[in-house]
Amino acid sequence: MSCCGDHPSFEEIDEVSSLVAQRLSAFLKTLRDNGFAVGLAEGRDAASLMASGYAAKPGLLRSALKHLFSARKSDWDKFDGLFDAFWLGKRVRSRSITSGAAKAASSPSLKNLQDTGGTLGSQSATDQVPSADDGPGGRSGEGRMEGASRAENLSEVDFRKLADPEQIAQAHDAAKRLAKAMRTRLTRRDRARRRGYRLDLRRTIHRNISHGGVPISLVKRQRKDKPLRLVVLLDASGSMSMYTGVFLRFIHGVLDEFREAEAFLFHTRLAHVSGAMKERDAARALDRLSILAQGAGGGTRIGESLATFNRHHAARVIHSRTCVMIVSDGYETGDANLLGREMAALAKRCRRIVWLNPMLAWQGYAPVAAGIKAALPHVDLYAPANTLNSLAALEPYLARL
Amino acid sequence: MKTRDEIAQALAACGYIADAELSTAVSLMQLLKRPLLLEGEAGVGKTEVAKALACAYATELIRLQCYEGLDQSAALYEWNYQRQLLAIQAHHGADADAIEDQIFSEKYLLERPLLAAIRRETPPVLLIDEIDRADDEFEAFLLELLSDFQVSIPELGTITASAIPHVVLTSNGTRELSDALRRRCLYHYVDYPDVDREARIIMARIDSASASLSLQIARMVEGIRKEELRKVPGVAETLDWAAALVGLDVRDLHDVPETVFETMMCLLKTREDRARVTREVSQRLLGKVA
Repeated sequence: MSCCGDHPSFEEIDEVSSLVAQRLSAFLKTLRDNGFAVGLAEGRDAASLMASGYAAKPGLLRSALKHLFSARKSDWDKFDGLFDAFWLGKRVRSRSITSGAAKAASSPSLKNLQDTGGTLGSQSATDQVPSADDGPGGRSGEGRMEGASRAENLSEVDFRKLADPEQIAQAHDAAKRLAKAMRTRLTRRDRARRRGYRLDLRRTIHRNISHGGVPISLVKRQRKDKPLRLVVLLDASGSMSMYTGVFLRFIHGVLDEFREAEAFLFHTRLAHVSGAMKERDAARALDRLSILAQGAGGGTRIGESLATFNRHHAARVIHSRTCVMIVSDGYETGDANLLGREMAALAKRCRRIVWLNPMLAWQGYAPVAAGIKAALPHVDLYAPANTLNSLAALEPYLARL
Repeated sequence: MKTRDEIAQALAACGYIADAELSTAVSLMQLLKRPLLLEGEAGVGKTEVAKALACAYATELIRLQCYEGLDQSAALYEWNYQRQLLAIQAHHGADADAIEDQIFSEKYLLERPLLAAIRRETPPVLLIDEIDRADDEFEAFLLELLSDFQVSIPELGTITASAIPHVVLTSNGTRELSDALRRRCLYHYVDYPDVDREARIIMARIDSASASLSLQIARMVEGIRKEELRKVPGVAETLDWAAALVGLDVRDLHDVPETVFETMMCLLKTREDRARVTREVSQRLLGKVA
């Protein structure tokens, strides 16, 4: 299997190999466009693989290249589709971009995700205390704030409005202050709790050279401080549409300013958006985000989204010093009991849960929706937040966590 | 061990039933001399791959179990300080240079797994288990070691690998690994085995398990994995369960539905899962098993 039968003449080899090399480099480009981290070394190894007989059968080559080029589970899962599409001309099963495809020509803008940073005050006429019931709501148009809806909004969301530089700077500033406040607090407490650890002989000897090697002052090994990690879960459903823009900017700041942070969007499904938001190229980031956020602006299934989070992401993104921040109005269209259970499971895993609720800022609002009622017992800090300024005002509370 | 079939056979002889993809991965490891990164749920047999590999190559398995706070002195080398101090005291008054040469010699060097792996004459299998539990700093250090296979000990000089070890890394995904480390490795995702393979695994591992019983157990476990569970049973649990059933002299699962239900403690490890798989669910699953 590892050898390739007859030996063709040298000219033939040259002819074939230059063709193959071209195809291979085109394939590498396709992979890079789809988010694979493929370097020069991988390309060289792929060429040597093909030279040593792995190209004899498509199945074998696919399997070999899959091991070589994949770096994580998501790569692993979509590789077969990409390979088949490129080399065998089959249709791609998963959603992926092939080389040279028109760059996301379809990104219809969504009216209800307009920038709300400055206009919030002027819209206050439509800001009403929402009723918890689930009716279709008598009012039409952009001010539909009534509860949560079960419908999935299938249009793609345009997050282009996020790119306003001033707003971004503001968001980063808020996130930076938050990061600073939360970091110092947790570190100090950590240090006070810990006393005495294993003896560090190497350092002890070094310290006591001046005493002629007699160990007088002992050095203990210190455990390294783990930086605080912030995981943000943002509700991007229809009822939250006024605030999604603000908080997305905030998340952007959080991802930049915290040493460790992860971000998720949820509505009827959960999407991991850290990768897309960390993208250097802003246009690409927005395109990826639009694809990920498909369905945003529809209903909310917080319980199910949290279940997905607990099941598939929690083990990876939550460690002993993680604070989970949920930004949602708590209008749940799914099962409120499920939400309660998943919140309990989440509370067991992470250090602190903060629930920021934009609705809380309104006068006369009381947490009566079934969802928020089920979740509240597991929340460490429940606070209002609807603008960047109000986020900054939270600083002293968050620092105390 | 050249072709994939030979690799699969050699692994099978060591009690590991590999699928075609894993055999490809191992053959690539040989060809490209790259480390192999295995990811997958807990209990799917990632560590077993390394053990089987060591057995197939008939070489030593050197294992480095990673944990939070693992540092160079636990992973690479450490001077034996107690003995060094003792030697200094014993040779009190002797020539300082001579003492120094003596106490920084091989005799006082404690070899840890990574150093051991690169100093062997025949290439061993180096298993770096649960790399995701180690810190970022350690990961960066490991990256350097895995690319050059040489270590510099300030007091002793640079030690270059005499033979390049076969490196297997495993990760449970409790932390996102760095892109640099991922890029350097071949990647293989270890999934739960299909029914046929799981049955063969049971037969390979448990001597007195008959083919029909193994198949029944594998089908049953497949059914259980499809239930909404908090902790999905892995291959290790399946083997525990099979051993339990064989130990209880079970020949056919249909004969003893009660025992099947009671021994499920081998598979279901949380209270909620236990509550979810009730007697009825167990009966239903058993009904589907041919």
